Amino acid sequence: MEKLINDFSFGLFFWQALILLVLILLLVKFAWKPIMDSITAREEGIRNAIASAENAKKEMQNLKADNEKLLAEARAERDTMIKEAREIKEKMIADAKEEAQVQGNKMIEQAKATIASEKNAAMVELKNHVSTLSLEIAEKLLKEELANKETQTKLVEKMLDEVKLN
Amino acid sequence: MVISKKPVRIILATFAGLLSSIAFANPVVDTTHVATAVTHEAHATTEVAHNEASHGDEHATQDPKDKVTAYIEHHLQDSHDFVFFSDEKEGKHYGFSLPVILLDNGLKVFSSSKLHHGEAVAEVDGNFYKLYHGKIYKTDAAGTINYDEHHHPTNVKPLDFSITKNVVSMLFTSILLFLMFTGLARSYKKGAIPTGFGRVLEPLIIFIRDEIAIPNIGEKKYRKYMGYLLTVFFFIWLLNLLGMTPLGINVTGNIAVTVCLALFTYFITQFSANKEYWGHIFWMPGVPVPMKIILMPIEILGTLTKPFALLIRLFANITAGHVVIMSLIAMIFVGKNIYADMPISLGLTLFISVIEILVAFLQAFIFTMLSSLFIGMAVQDHHHDEHGHEEENVII
Repeated sequence: MEKLINDFSFGLFFWQALILLVLILLLVKFAWKPIMDSITAREEGIRNAIASAENAKKEMQNLKADNEKLLAEARAERDTMIKEAREIKEKMIADAKEEAQVQGNKMIEQAKATIASEKNAAMVELKNHVSTLSLEIAEKLLKEELANKETQTKLVEKMLDEVKLN
Repeated sequence: MVISKKPVRIILATFAGLLSSIAFANPVVDTTHVATAVTHEAHATTEVAHNEASHGDEHATQDPKDKVTAYIEHHLQDSHDFVFFSDEKEGKHYGFSLPVILLDNGLKVFSSSKLHHGEAVAEVDGNFYKLYHGKIYKTDAAGTINYDEHHHPTNVKPLDFSITKNVVSMLFTSILLFLMFTGLARSYKKGAIPTGFGRVLEPLIIFIRDEIAIPNIGEKKYRKYMGYLLTVFFFIWLLNLLGMTPLGINVTGNIAVTVCLALFTYFITQFSANKEYWGHIFWMPGVPVPMKIILMPIEILGTLTKPFALLIRLFANITAGHVVIMSLIAMIFVGKNIYADMPISLGLTLFISVIEILVAFLQAFIFTMLSSLFIGMAVQDHHHDEHGHEEENVII
């Protein structure tokens, strides 16, 4: 201990204190302050960059989710559209079938009616023809029959018989 | 002046650096003188042996162990000139002189070359000064030094403000630190990431901040003390490493330097202390009044023992490292068989040197760490009040 005290040099102590004080002041002003500021600023920057990257990631995820939602919606819409289209198609086919049926039936009815009326007309005409023809035949026959007196009598008798029967 | 020859001598010194072990073990002449003086007056037995061989070379006959001890002692002390190595036989010293500044009835400034490494008396303005055991004493023209019964010189010691070897080393370190870190600060202007050497320095700064300052002082208050902590850390570390070079510098192993460093921490701690800190020292909360009175002097003493532990730890570690390394190198010169001693000595020196490089960092780290711990204790918001109340409740 005595040796330590003896070794203690006040001059060295003085210079050391002076040098250290000046060194601290100089370094604080010209080195530590700018260095610490730069490091802090850089770390802040890195922290911000990481945070913004995280945000971007989140946004991306949101966007992706949105996209998927949109896609799902579109898909659902497409499905309903297809379904609707199919229904419409089926309905159209059914309607067409029905209409065709109705139309067909109508046409058949018309045809039937036409045929019936034609038939009636034809019948009427035929009847007329037949009556005319039969009158002509009767005329001719009568002319023939009445040319012979006997026959005439026979006929009258016969007709009378018929009336009696009625 | 001799300083003008500095560059040439620095080149010489680098050559000397390559021959570090030899440079270390070559005893400087003035210490051998001192050693002989000691043996003459203190040990009669060695004096007899000395007289028997006195017709031969005085230095060669001296006991190598004493020479080594004297040399190590000389190395550990500050010196008034920068000697890299010296030629024992011709009495030449290779190095450069430094200015001596004495406060003795006015400022006396002269080159340390006048003192001739303690071999001559320097005459300045009619006053005579002599170097003895690394200290400058006022003496007469003949250079007489009077001793007391403990063999301590009784001559007047003028206040010595010389630019010594340690002061030069500290200035050199300071300039180096300033250049290094202003360089780093400048490199941030070019981009957020430093280039070159700054890449090595920046992680260290971040290490000090994240591992030392923030955990000990706290997130909110650490910034104010970063300047001191960083400066002290790099200052001590660089000086420790400089001590490992063959330049033979021992700054952080000097008690005046460590006292100064510890005082800085002490004053910063005391001046930044808050109310709770002083409250804990003078009137410990949460203990009965008699205990408060007993604790007061203990706490006051505690504030002093903390920086004292700091200064002793750094001083002792670095000094011990220097002594061990120099002693191991000296084995070569003390031992009889050089071929057997050399490999052992060099191997052990290498091993201890590697440890010392670790210690150089470790001591700088511990000094900074403890400084920040003490500052942290002084500035942190204590939650002992609540704690104290809890304790009181338990006691009741």
